[in-house]
Amino acid sequence: MTNVNNQRPLYERPILETAFYPSYKHLIQNDQYEEWGGYTTLASFASEGQEYFSVRNTCGVYDICPMLKYRISGPDAERFLNRLMTRNIKKMLPDRVVYSVWCDDNGHLIEDGTLFKFSETEFRLCCAEHQIEWLLDSAIGYDVDIEDVSTDIAALAVQGPVSCSVLKKMGFSGVDNLKPFQLTVFSQLGFEVMISRTGFTGDLGYELWVNSSDAAPLWEALFEAGKSRGIRMIGSTALDMLRIEAGLIMVDVEFMSCFHTVRHLREKNPFELGLHWLVDFNKGPFIGRQALLKAKQNKPQRQLVGLDIDWNKQADSALIYDSKDCSRQIGEITSALWSPVLKQNIALAFLDAPFYEGNKSMWAEVYLHRECLWERKVFECRVTPKPFYSPERKSLTPPEDL
Amino acid sequence: MNSPLNAIIIGAGHNGLTCAAYLARAGQSVLVLEAATEVGGLARNRIVANGEQLSSAAHLLHSLPQNIIKDLQLEKHGLHYAAQHLKTVSLNKDGATIVLNKQLAMGDQLSSADLLGYDRFYLDMQRFSKALLPVLGKVAPEIAIEDWRQKLDLLGLGWSIRKLGTFYMREFLRIIGMNLYDLMDEYIENTQLKAAIAMDALLGSEWGARSMGSVLTYLYRQAGELRNNTGLALPSGGMGTVSQAIAKSARQSGADIRCNSPVKHIIIDNNKAVGVVLETGEKIYADTVISNADPKQTFLKLINPDHLGTNFVRQVNNLRAKGKAGKLHLVLSQKPSFTGLDDSLLGERLVIAPGMDDIELAFNPSKYKRYPDSPILEIILPSVRDDSLCQNGQQLLSAVVQYLPYDDSTDEDQNRTAMLKVIIETLEEYAPGISDLITTAELLTPRDIEREFGISGGHWHHVELVFESFLFNRPTPLLTRHATPIDNLLLCGASCHPGGNVMGIAGRNAAQQVLRGEK
Repeated sequence: MTNVNNQRPLYERPILETAFYPSYKHLIQNDQYEEWGGYTTLASFASEGQEYFSVRNTCGVYDICPMLKYRISGPDAERFLNRLMTRNIKKMLPDRVVYSVWCDDNGHLIEDGTLFKFSETEFRLCCAEHQIEWLLDSAIGYDVDIEDVSTDIAALAVQGPVSCSVLKKMGFSGVDNLKPFQLTVFSQLGFEVMISRTGFTGDLGYELWVNSSDAAPLWEALFEAGKSRGIRMIGSTALDMLRIEAGLIMVDVEFMSCFHTVRHLREKNPFELGLHWLVDFNKGPFIGRQALLKAKQNKPQRQLVGLDIDWNKQADSALIYDSKDCSRQIGEITSALWSPVLKQNIALAFLDAPFYEGNKSMWAEVYLHRECLWERKVFECRVTPKPFYSPERKSLTPPEDL
Repeated sequence: MNSPLNAIIIGAGHNGLTCAAYLARAGQSVLVLEAATEVGGLARNRIVANGEQLSSAAHLLHSLPQNIIKDLQLEKHGLHYAAQHLKTVSLNKDGATIVLNKQLAMGDQLSSADLLGYDRFYLDMQRFSKALLPVLGKVAPEIAIEDWRQKLDLLGLGWSIRKLGTFYMREFLRIIGMNLYDLMDEYIENTQLKAAIAMDALLGSEWGARSMGSVLTYLYRQAGELRNNTGLALPSGGMGTVSQAIAKSARQSGADIRCNSPVKHIIIDNNKAVGVVLETGEKIYADTVISNADPKQTFLKLINPDHLGTNFVRQVNNLRAKGKAGKLHLVLSQKPSFTGLDDSLLGERLVIAPGMDDIELAFNPSKYKRYPDSPILEIILPSVRDDSLCQNGQQLLSAVVQYLPYDDSTDEDQNRTAMLKVIIETLEEYAPGISDLITTAELLTPRDIEREFGISGGHWHHVELVFESFLFNRPTPLLTRHATPIDNLLLCGASCHPGGNVMGIAGRNAAQQVLRGEK
């Protein structure tokens, strides 16, 4: 990992390179760089279409090093996390991963992320935004150690129908037995590789976690094994398409952390995001429980849903109306995609009650830029279940050997 | 669950006892649990040597309101005064003492400008203290709430400030956030006089007279004194008798008070406090649990953090409770004699604070966890007024010592001994020969006070009395109006509005909230 001179002022500090960057930088063809968490990352390497299809048809690899990783250990680790998270962490088995959210005292969403359990006293929390302050303050009164290990650990998401076959070819025998959200550690490469069957694409896929110093040999071995199976680095544009098809929410797109909202009532609770299934009121006390119990008494005023939009133009940032004359706004689209695999115009949208339930008609106001002119179009749309795309292979164990 | 008790009160400090007395009078079954062997908390007596008794922490009564004394019939239950309306006497090494008696300042070295300045200062401060009165006796009203009673209370404060008239309202708003040092400069020149006045803003506080907000702290104390008509009073038999009287009143109304019963933790079920577990393992259940312990003690020690949110714990953890007041107790073989002090004034409140800069110099080291070279002292010789306290012509000396740091170093014991020596040397400068009269001497540092009385940081007011922790923000926005995030758990101690000193209002108001069903 690039050395950062922390003594230099922020504006002079170089943007960081991830542990895998030296390995894949020769694959960058179109210089579509973007900053993510202080790191140089790529919107696409060559062609976002090809990258997208590599995950749906063969195997795409996404560099997730900039994710924040926290090691949470100590005698009270489980109790601490059970209070922090809205899900029941005490039910979690070792070598498992859960997706959960966490809220503040007011039941406002802070972030979502994945929690890895190695033992009752050792966990790893993985998320997109810095949480160290919240974690440390939440640890007051608990015998627990919290350490930011983000730069110590490098990780790749290996996703797609042939991802399991590629990993097996790398020598990770038995990886095909991993069930979704299960993890195991391999050492066939001469160093420890933790593999979890997780991902952000809604497809069959794994995430590989190593010490940052082992990043280069891991990448080499992975791309050597995947060469004949169409392996490809993918950028964030393709990933965004994939996650929308999978109906997965993204921080700062579908919701903003309550730490960052400025305007009154812009905070979200899990119910508004349709994440009722993540909140376990029966597990005992947790942060935000009282506020969420209160919130649960009434149906949310707005909720995030999937939309199916007529016609074929992607409805980015469109406002939703209850009638074609667009007189009353009832919601807005947060993420939109013309889904290549579904051949369907889909979107994630926040809708007011009662429009998020049932099968009511509504209209999306879309602005199209055509030959240097803006045109306003109104397309009919309707609520449709999420995920939009969920192939059987996603949860099949063992996956098909391709 | 079978819960025979209406309320459990944790801690038999004066507020806990007052709360118990008011609840019991309303017919509630109340149990007060006290960790120490005796009731009273900071207002209890302490046997220093051979049965000589002293007020252990607070040694003067000035803010216990008349209506509480009346409601609880405290005089019937043993509250008597050895002396009332004590004067403040600022000692001087060269014998140039200054005597403050309400509006009147006396001292040979005071210029006529000083005397007039003091008169003006006194009257202005009285005026401003009165403006604070409408909210001082009540549960702090919350802002942005649709309750007419609270709105009226807030309006009452607003009206009382507006009622000062345009000139004084502006003046009030100008000075309320100021520091006392600068404000007094506008009135008075003599530094010894200013230092004597400043004592009222500093006692028990973490801060000095040049620290922001010291005017508010000063007015607060003055306002507290407006609520009774005894002035600075010396209860017969020590402050312990005040607590004993409240306890007697509570017992007579049916409250049960158990000493030697430290609470281990509060039992919480589905976000509701339902009882307590004692150190002995005994479980006691009640409809309501009221904690007279400070917020840090209550929420960071007595409650499993699983039940609390991080925003809340953060606020409690950040509460400023850094006590800087120590307590000195001396047994003297005979009456001491202070340079220039007439013997008739020996029973008054004696102050060693030579000047404003001396206060600041005593304060500065404490910021860096160091002890002062020459401390600021508030001295009482209770046995001069109350000969029941001592036998064989012995005399007792009780002094508040500012500013001692919270010392958690390994050298704590040596530091205490060294500091005691410094204090006695300071006393010797003002009362030559006093050190030869000392038969017993002890010093309680803030850390000792924390240990002995179970108060976080050893802070007399539980939480610093400052603007950020004032009215609806006392002790923090999430703990206002005695309520806590846990249902049926209330606070009744000095950390609640109006807080601080031996006042009892917080205890009474907590009882009122319980009786109103606001828990």
